[in-house]
Amino acid sequence: MSEYIIKNGHVFDPVQGIKGDKKDIAIKDGKIVDKVGSSAKTIDAKGKTVMAGALDIHAHVAGPKVNAGRWYRPEDKHFDSHKVPGITRIEGGKSIPTVFKTGYAYARMGFTFVMEAAMPPMYARHVHEEIHDTPIIDEAALPVFGNNWFILEYLKNQEIENTAAYIAWILRQTKGYGVKVVNPGGTEAWAWGLNCLTIHDPVPYFDITPSEIVTGLMKANEYLGLPHSMHIHQNDLGNPGNYTVTLDTLKLAEGIKPKNNFGREQVMHSTHLQFHSYGGDSFANIDSKAKEVMDYVNKNKNITMDTGNVTLDETTTMTADGPFEHHLHALNHLKWFNVDVELETGAGVVPYIYSPNVSVNAIQWAIGLELALFAKDPMRCFITTDHPNAGPFTRYPRVYSWLMSKKVRDERLNTFKNADKVIGATYLAEIDREITLYELAQMTRAGPAKALGLGKDYGGLAPGMNADIAIYNIDPDKFPSTGADIEKAFANVAYLFKDGKICVEEGKIVDMGNKHTFWVDAKVKENKQVMHDIREKFLKYYSVNENNYPVPESYAPHQHILTVDAVQ
Amino acid sequence: MDTITLTVKKVPEIYLECESLNPDTFAGKTGDQIAKLPAYQGKEMSTLGEYFTISGNAGATAAETKIIVNGDCSKMKYIGAKMTAGEIVVNSDCDMYTGSWMSGGKLLVKGNVHSFCGLALKGGEFIIEGNAGNYLGAAYRGDWRGMSGGVLRVKGNAGSDVATFMTGGEMIIEGNVDIHLGTHMEGGKIVLKGNANRRVGGQLVKGEIYVFGKINVMMPGYKKTGEVDLEVDGTKARFTEYIGDLGERHPKRKGETVYGKLYMKK
Repeated sequence: MSEYIIKNGHVFDPVQGIKGDKKDIAIKDGKIVDKVGSSAKTIDAKGKTVMAGALDIHAHVAGPKVNAGRWYRPEDKHFDSHKVPGITRIEGGKSIPTVFKTGYAYARMGFTFVMEAAMPPMYARHVHEEIHDTPIIDEAALPVFGNNWFILEYLKNQEIENTAAYIAWILRQTKGYGVKVVNPGGTEAWAWGLNCLTIHDPVPYFDITPSEIVTGLMKANEYLGLPHSMHIHQNDLGNPGNYTVTLDTLKLAEGIKPKNNFGREQVMHSTHLQFHSYGGDSFANIDSKAKEVMDYVNKNKNITMDTGNVTLDETTTMTADGPFEHHLHALNHLKWFNVDVELETGAGVVPYIYSPNVSVNAIQWAIGLELALFAKDPMRCFITTDHPNAGPFTRYPRVYSWLMSKKVRDERLNTFKNADKVIGATYLAEIDREITLYELAQMTRAGPAKALGLGKDYGGLAPGMNADIAIYNIDPDKFPSTGADIEKAFANVAYLFKDGKICVEEGKIVDMGNKHTFWVDAKVKENKQVMHDIREKFLKYYSVNENNYPVPESYAPHQHILTVDAVQ
Repeated sequence: MDTITLTVKKVPEIYLECESLNPDTFAGKTGDQIAKLPAYQGKEMSTLGEYFTISGNAGATAAETKIIVNGDCSKMKYIGAKMTAGEIVVNSDCDMYTGSWMSGGKLLVKGNVHSFCGLALKGGEFIIEGNAGNYLGAAYRGDWRGMSGGVLRVKGNAGSDVATFMTGGEMIIEGNVDIHLGTHMEGGKIVLKGNANRRVGGQLVKGEIYVFGKINVMMPGYKKTGEVDLEVDGTKARFTEYIGDLGERHPKRKGETVYGKLYMKK
């Protein structure tokens, strides 16, 4: 494999604590090394910014609900379906891009890893088919557990060991990465026409509360010692006044300690907190509680979070939170897709237009930015758009421009149609903080890598780490001053190395790289009870045969397996 | 106003996507530059120059540009799509998406147009001297935003699903239409001089439909409210007034429910 040396770049690497110093980075056989021979190819990064490849900890990019969005929104990809010269295939779609565009667009922005945030176990094959077809970037998927009948039954009796054995079985069957929870109990309640809007609302029939589900799953996650923590989309998403539910849920992590061999320090990852940080009691008086929520997050080291930044675009919302999507459809009357996934979960899809002229949308925009700006530890606060829910991931460069320049975000804030109302309902106008390039590297590289248990090999530039490297046309001494320039620089890397191979050059895809599917193989001691329950549920309830349930090797031919031994 | 003439020199074997053929793209360009503009056939890109002989120059702006297209364009899509100003005269039939997403200017097609033309028209004037296919002035597949402004006139007949999701503007069909006229309409005005088959104004929330001829089968959700004398598109006549579609949600204004209106010429 070829050797490279990246010379004279300004390096930002939280793993080694390098804050923009000029440093050469050597690459050999797909890894970062101390030095290379004289025949190594030189990349001149003078006046450029060098960072590790970025990791997106939460995005909906593959699987049945993403595809439902694609087929029921042909209008989303109508105007950008032409082939451009080069090695890429046709790219289509804005909020729900094709798998090809997903891979190319992430790579062009300097990303090398993306976590598909919600995989229905029963449709894991579809998720892996799409992951396999997404070029360049590494991916993994989190199966959803928060409304699964097995989990609800085991946790009702606080059977942590059985819960853990079932999780381990599902991870192996679905080639999944960790434990995702979406509206715990609420999606199952939705099958009864109900919802769980606080953490103490009982789930019909199962008679268990979201609080018990979340606590039990955190314990089972640590019992197994998985690389990632329990990853939660909380109850009562999107409703005014929901920040109290958010704080209640975050408090469930108190006293639970991380236990793993992957360097992870949190036991709960709370996703797209923007949707969970609202005050007020109606959409007429909704206001920001970003400060209250972040004060709590800042003080508690066993919690990580991501933002879910609203980008003010037309987009397609999609979530396993079925009742929320029905609620949204009742608000905007746009087309609604809903599905129930047997014993496991459900999902809904509704298009949504975040308009700068609607004050609620502008307040949501401000809250998302406030969360990142209030974060005291950038290693625990990650930037996402909950793609495509708060906006398409292709808008990350714009989100960075708002976070990194007070001038750029104030220009946006002050030109909202109801600017006075928005400023009155949020903290943003008073915040002077500008996220630095080093902090950005923490929030988009080292931080998410550590939270995913990948910190040893990814998210940094230390020798021995994987050679996933993004080089941007940004001179830190002359940081671009306009929003458009910041966006342009982050939207098109000068170079992207993936596993030591150049995949993007000046924003143009030049190589499809060697994409890998990451999954976690957790070994537990034989559990006859759980195997019996699985057999019984398949015979009694599932519409598929147990033998047709697992994801075969052929669906993920390029695997990167993280092994966990929880046999004890 | 400068005039530029395009004459078909090669009829495309496979449908040609002429997204570049409009005054906005042509503005400020010479004939040679225009000849190099892209035209697509599936994933293959070619140029306008390969299919057209081009004479004359475009004006400095779209508004100062008039385009005349001669020859057989029946396998060409997107002519005049997204135009914002200026003028196009096509002396031929045209294929899909002709005049779609237009927001200004004037587009005259002297022949027939295929389906999905004038989609989501926002402004300007689109005149078809021949017949139109299905989904004329409707929303794009999957979209909920149909024609919202401008004037669309067909001198011949139109097909089915005309003006779906219309929210504004005026459409005049001088001939007949097939099923599903003005479905999901939420504003705007449709004048049908000929006859309609069935399902006129299904799920209509707001807006007006004037029918000079006959409706084969009337929707059950319409209720007769009286008779009025009106002048519609230059014709003075007495019309029977209906409100509807009563099966659909209707907004309230100042405490009064706002219904869609259907007028049948007596």
